[in-house]
Amino acid sequence: MLKCATQSLSIKKGSGYVVELKAKTPFEGTLPLTIGQAKLTELDVGHLTSLSPLGDEKAMATALEKAHGMALPKPNRSTGKEGARCIWFGRGEALLMGPAPDASLYKHGAVVDISDAWSVALLEGPAADDVLARLVPADLRDSQFKRGHSIRTQVFHMAASITRLGPEKFMILVFRSMAGTLVHDLKAAMAAVASRG
Amino acid sequence: MRIECPICGSRDRREFYYQGAAVALDRPAPDAGEAAWDSYVHLRENPAGETRDLWHHEGGCGSWLVVTRDTVTHAVHKVELASDVKGAMS
Ligand SMILES: [Zn+2]
Repeated sequence: MLKCATQSLSIKKGSGYVVELKAKTPFEGTLPLTIGQAKLTELDVGHLTSLSPLGDEKAMATALEKAHGMALPKPNRSTGKEGARCIWFGRGEALLMGPAPDASLYKHGAVVDISDAWSVALLEGPAADDVLARLVPADLRDSQFKRGHSIRTQVFHMAASITRLGPEKFMILVFRSMAGTLVHDLKAAMAAVASRG
Repeated sequence: MRIECPICGSRDRREFYYQGAAVALDRPAPDAGEAAWDSYVHLRENPAGETRDLWHHEGGCGSWLVVTRDTVTHAVHKVELASDVKGAMS
């Protein structure tokens, strides 16, 4: 997450003022976490920008390609690579992860900074598949859900986005307000998988 | 139960929210009269057989879907985007 609000001289505290506000990341104090063969860490991916093309999505796709060097992802897919990625994020929506959005995107649809609204975690390790199988109602096996595939689904009862980054690597996004719940639910599933040895 | 979302593919029923009869897509004109509005708001078929419902892919792409299914066999026969169905109606 971006550390944006670091200073405020206008907020009252007692008879004085708050001099410095330290931004906390969504998972601060709860991650990293390793149980058995699964490891959960927080990812700092930079800017998160929602792109919703209005009208012809080709214009947005062309602008994205030109400005950020990646295609607008089709449903259930992602484009780009680490540091500058774009994932499909629901009907008519994609999420640009990393760079600040180029101004050329603005005229082709809704371009919204949602950096502070979502939390991003990485679940990796040989047990990652089995951990997610306990919580996610979609088929995430390697044979069905390959590297670069990206879906909107649920983690237990939470709306989530899941992208496979590698053979034993999943990027998971949930609403920032749900970050604590995500850790809670994954921790239980990681422990359950680990207990089976 | 699985529903084949035209956008996301085959997904578990848990990802979907059930809204009700697809009659909601056929809203009467404001001046259609009491009988039409009474029917639209309150009266529903309860078929033993084929029925059409609106479902929301809440835990997925966010689309509203028209699902044609059989209440006797539980078979799901057809899943369409509500926007396509509505578009074809007008
Ligand atoms: Zn869907």
